[in-house]
Amino acid sequence: MAATVQAEEGKSASQGKTPLLAARQITKHYGSVQALRGVDLELYPGEIVGLVGDNGAGKSTLVNILSGALQPSGGTILVDGDEVSLNSSIEARNRGIETVYQDLALAPDLSVWANIFLGRETTRKGFLGWLGWLDRKAMSTDTERSLDRTRIRIGSVQSKAGQLSGGQRQAIAVGRAVAWGSKVILMDEPTAALGVEQQQRVVELIRTVSKGGLPVLLVTHNLPQVHSLCDRVLVLFQGQLIAELFPAQCSVEEIVSWITGAALTRSTNGG
Amino acid sequence: MAERSVSMTDTIRSAGKRLGQKPSSKEFLDKYGSLWTVLVLALVVLVFGLLSSTLFTQAGWEAVSKSTYEYLPLAIGETFVILTGGIDLSVGAVLGFSCVVSGTVMEHMLGTSTGSLGITVLGFVVGIAVGGLCGFLNGILITRLRLPPFIVTLATLYALGGATYIVSEEPIYQIPHQLVTFGQQSLFGGWFIAPVLVALACVVVFGVFLSRFRFGLRTYAIGSNRIAAERAGINVRRHLVWVYVLAGALAGLAGMLVSANFAQTSPLFGNNDELAAIAAVVIGGASLFGGRGNLLGTLCGTFLIAVLTVGLVLVQVTAFWQEVTIGVVIVLAVSVDQLLRSVSQR
Ligand SMILES: Nc1ncnc2c1ncn2[C@@H]1O[C@H](COP(=O)(O)OP(=O)(O)OP(=O)(O)O)[C@@H](O)[C@H]1O
Ligand SMILES: [Mg+2]
Repeated sequence: MAATVQAEEGKSASQGKTPLLAARQITKHYGSVQALRGVDLELYPGEIVGLVGDNGAGKSTLVNILSGALQPSGGTILVDGDEVSLNSSIEARNRGIETVYQDLALAPDLSVWANIFLGRETTRKGFLGWLGWLDRKAMSTDTERSLDRTRIRIGSVQSKAGQLSGGQRQAIAVGRAVAWGSKVILMDEPTAALGVEQQQRVVELIRTVSKGGLPVLLVTHNLPQVHSLCDRVLVLFQGQLIAELFPAQCSVEEIVSWITGAALTRSTNGG
Repeated sequence: MAERSVSMTDTIRSAGKRLGQKPSSKEFLDKYGSLWTVLVLALVVLVFGLLSSTLFTQAGWEAVSKSTYEYLPLAIGETFVILTGGIDLSVGAVLGFSCVVSGTVMEHMLGTSTGSLGITVLGFVVGIAVGGLCGFLNGILITRLRLPPFIVTLATLYALGGATYIVSEEPIYQIPHQLVTFGQQSLFGGWFIAPVLVALACVVVFGVFLSRFRFGLRTYAIGSNRIAAERAGINVRRHLVWVYVLAGALAGLAGMLVSANFAQTSPLFGNNDELAAIAAVVIGGASLFGGRGNLLGTLCGTFLIAVLTVGLVLVQVTAFWQEVTIGVVIVLAVSVDQLLRSVSQR
């Protein structure tokens, strides 16, 4: 529950500090498809960074690379300024990087608590615990408490994930990332299937998390949300970061024009 | 999830919340829907019991239980495999191969000064280890060459079938008498033979392992959503190898139980057993897509087949009709199961 640990960092992205997570010249190609062409990105404590772009711009590819689920074709990733190779999701998770994947990565046949704890199950003490005897009760109550705290309503934590609504499933994926994240939280369209109220909950959750000092990288197509929530917005266009915008100084329309590439042609024509 | 200090109000609140929740019919079906196999089993027992009173006698139980001990260990392993979304067609062949290898070793050892009990223990160790190795081979081929389990285990089914005869074409009767004593040992006033108790103990042990231990949870997770399991940090390939090792080792154990009871090891043992094992698992409510099923279902499925077989013999239906009936039961079992699922999913 490191997410709620209070840190002293201020809210603004302070360039003097080492970024908690950084990417340098990340490239990725799938066969002949060039999904990312040299992307640089830095996440500083406590900031909420929006990552926007059209469908197929490469947002999920970038998030999956940062979360260790996908290997980049080139480039480096730095955690706390140290170069690391994230060969699997577990390595990223062990470094405190939690991800809400676009496909949510939930096992439909497992209960809510099992999904939250999968891969880092609580076992009992003693020899049987060493053999993997699960402490189901502890995991259920912990899940109840952490979902309570995030004010996400999903009914019983014993229900199977597959029997919940799309929004509830999304809420679980978000709750899981927030519960475990201790360095960075990456969210790939965490509010896409949510109702207005639940969306508001997730927004509040993101704010709480960032106040606790964790940066949040938020991928979404909801531009008003990006504009009101994010400290910084990065625009990805055909695999390249073409703009870094500050919502405090720009309008939603401006973000849109960068996403569609209109601003790009304008600026090259103008320059 | 580090801190574990639950405040009093928290506890009371969540307890109250749980009490306040009525289980919906959805949840009820989800929890007990799989238990319908128990009902079908009870029904079949009742029907045959009425048709022929022999079923309810000790002789009837003996016949039923004797025809389960061979399949139970196989079906347990098969359940784990099917839960991961795989299939193991080779369990019968592994049974035959491991018991023949074990028989050859035991025959050889009988010429030495080792005692009968020692050779019996050795026989079990060899049988289970050879079975486990066969499963290891399956697991490695499936996870390293990324071949479908169906193809890999079909290949090992053939290869081990041949290898069994290469090791020994004839049955081996030179096995330690302690093994035979164990295999035919009747216990609890003649109600159980030792191999049946061993098989039932396996159901209990692995049932707990599957439902209460990390290995079991991860087995379900892999079959339910492999990518989610990988992202959750589970080493899916290594886990799958262990699942096939388990299935192989249990097949080896089954081979030893059969050898002990029949007082021989034979290359014929295990022939076509994979079909019965898969049938038992499927009748027990497991989904071939993985993620769903449990050992209680598999236990019922195994006994359902046994009661049907014995019951049909008791009412003097010919062997061919027995197989037709089992085929019908498989179709019925799976379609009722899907019906229940579609209701619970609504
Ligand atoms: N597994 C894959 N194999 C081949 N090409 C892929 C694969 N995954 C993504 N791509 C390609 O990479 C590019 C970027 O895809 P990505 O999923 O990162 O886009 P996105 O920005 O997340 O889009 P969306 O908003 O629709 O989620 C697309 O052109 C896509 O077709
Ligand atoms: Mg995407």
